[in-house]
Amino acid sequence: MTVAADASEQESWFHRNQQRIAPWLFLTPGMLFFLVYVIIPVFQSFNLSLYEWDGLGAAEYVGFRNYEDLYWEWVDRDAFYISMKNNLIWLILYLAAIPAGLFIALFLNQTVWGIRLYKSLFFFPFVISQVVVGLVFTWFYDPTFGLLNEFLGFFGLGPVNVLGDERFVTYGIIFAGLWPQTAYCMILYLTGLNAVDPEQIEAGRLDGAKGWKMLWHIIIPQLRPATFIAFVVTIIGALRSFDLISIMTQGGPFGSSRVLAYYMFEVALSEYGFRMGYGAAIAVILFLIMLCFIAYFLWSMYREEKGR
Amino acid sequence: MYSTFKRTTAALALGVAMAAPAAAELTGDLRIFLDTSNPAPRATMEAMIERFGAQHPGLEIETTVIDREAYKTQIRNFLTADTPDVATWYAANRMKPYVEAGLFEDVSDLWAEPEIADNLASTKGALTIDGKQWGVPYTYYQWGVYYRKDIFDELGLSEPTTWEEELSNCQKIVDSGRACYTIGTKFLWTAGGWFDYLNMRTNGFDFHQQLANGEVSWEDDRVKQTFANWKQLIDMGAFIDNHQTYSWQEALPFMVNGEAAAYLMGNFAVAPLRDAGLTDDQLDFYQFVAINPDVELAEDAPTDTFHIPANASNKEAAREFLRFVVSADEQTEINNGANLGQLPVNAQSAVDDDKFLQQGFEMLSSNSPGGVAQFWDRDAPAEMAKVSMEGFQEFMVKPDNLDRILAKLERARERIYDN
Repeated sequence: MTVAADASEQESWFHRNQQRIAPWLFLTPGMLFFLVYVIIPVFQSFNLSLYEWDGLGAAEYVGFRNYEDLYWEWVDRDAFYISMKNNLIWLILYLAAIPAGLFIALFLNQTVWGIRLYKSLFFFPFVISQVVVGLVFTWFYDPTFGLLNEFLGFFGLGPVNVLGDERFVTYGIIFAGLWPQTAYCMILYLTGLNAVDPEQIEAGRLDGAKGWKMLWHIIIPQLRPATFIAFVVTIIGALRSFDLISIMTQGGPFGSSRVLAYYMFEVALSEYGFRMGYGAAIAVILFLIMLCFIAYFLWSMYREEKGR
Repeated sequence: MYSTFKRTTAALALGVAMAAPAAAELTGDLRIFLDTSNPAPRATMEAMIERFGAQHPGLEIETTVIDREAYKTQIRNFLTADTPDVATWYAANRMKPYVEAGLFEDVSDLWAEPEIADNLASTKGALTIDGKQWGVPYTYYQWGVYYRKDIFDELGLSEPTTWEEELSNCQKIVDSGRACYTIGTKFLWTAGGWFDYLNMRTNGFDFHQQLANGEVSWEDDRVKQTFANWKQLIDMGAFIDNHQTYSWQEALPFMVNGEAAAYLMGNFAVAPLRDAGLTDDQLDFYQFVAINPDVELAEDAPTDTFHIPANASNKEAAREFLRFVVSADEQTEINNGANLGQLPVNAQSAVDDDKFLQQGFEMLSSNSPGGVAQFWDRDAPAEMAKVSMEGFQEFMVKPDNLDRILAKLERARERIYDN
């Protein structure tokens, strides 16, 4: 104690406060980048959404007119309405990746010869690019030459044009998206299963729990952290779904598979777009929706930490 | 510094030796950006630039080829920052945003030169905005109906010239278990081609341009008549099924396999059809039939162009390059069958003796009195093109939604053109 006191008289201010400053020093580069590439652009988007700008000439201030246009698209059940609706479908159905991932993880969590190979095969779709996933499923769904219709034909079911029918297209794309997303959840659960306490399982077994009861009361509660992460990445993944839509349908047929992220790209950055302010307004709406979830995640994480 | 000096003296010496006319030797850098990223056009362009370079040894030419799709977004950046001296683009409304933003150089002075004024007169309109010209064309190509002659022969059909013949031909083709037309509307613009032709044949070129310029309501009865004609074809099953899932290339096999008899397309479809194994005996071409006898025939013939960005640093060399590009010999060379395989824009050039180019050239030069349109997505503003082509696609799949589609397009028109 006295040594420290002595030292503090001789040492510089930096040395005295090292403990407190060091974390901030390490954080600074990251925070700076986060500020420049994330936080500031968020506010710039807010600002841009009040303007009409084609990316070339002068921007014209139009107040909330972009939002007004969006509102009318909503009322008319037009592009914006369709995008929102599809976003909602994505949100709900994409969550199927979590239970699917859990069950595959449980299935693969055994010690059998060659299990690593099976695990790799199940994980494979997450490693390959979304572009490839999109292309593979596009061929799979192809109404004339695709495997799906060959398969349906076996059962005497008529040909169905999944990606060309506005009733099925979104579900078709979500199904393709679930393939890699399930693999992702599976890997989260596999790591989670490694941390399951064998003593608790033993105790449960002594009390006569097995099968579903064991899973529900002993295993799943212990997988909570994995479930939480799976939930977060799946929700975020569903809301930012873009690449599969871009590859498989380009938002079509006639715009029926758009989601907000793709619609934003379409109006602001694609070949016929360049309505920067309008795109920014869509981005702001998407941001606000995401904010609800992010706030919820942060809040529950905070509660978790505090509870400990 | 030294090298510049040397170059200048060399140029001077050359100038004196050859007693060259007033035009001084070009020096400095010339940066050219191209969107001709496919192998054949790319090689054509690079060879042409090499020939230009050989004429101007004092010029350091740097060529950048950018992927065609990426180019469409990158052009917005490179016209403002890091500007080249020459850039490729498209005519008509497609260049309007850049003209209005002051990013393209006014090249009316080139068009005033007799060499260009006389020989390029046919494409002048497509490059004119506000009475000035903003670039020069280097190639164009005809649109029309490419069809399987062997299928027509088998069914005893001949090239139609009237709408009635077209419909009765089509009925026979449908009865034989085929589709009349293949089409892939996944990327929308192919449906724009059908609309162009049906509307120009129903209501004429001027009406079509008025519609593209937002001067006519989409709920106008004349527009509805166009769609009614279109619906006749849709209702009889003229188009292949599931076209909304295919790109234009993916729609080719239907014609190659004989499941569809014809394709309304630009001349660029000929090369892949030949590559797929169709011979010139099997493949033929006819001009889109007349529908309304009161309107003159007009054609789609999109023109690809060269422009000088307003911020270019070597505009003198760029102008010389533009003159070179449109010269009769170069036009003959770059558009021949071995290169671009399209039509030269210079009236003094020779058209390749390919049968489709010959037919197309004849059609455009002597049988399209109504005028020459660029194409729907180049004539209409980008936003309107997007919304409307989506509507065309929907109409082709669900013709009964027409009223809703037209109401939507009308709302889009009111929003897009009022500012």
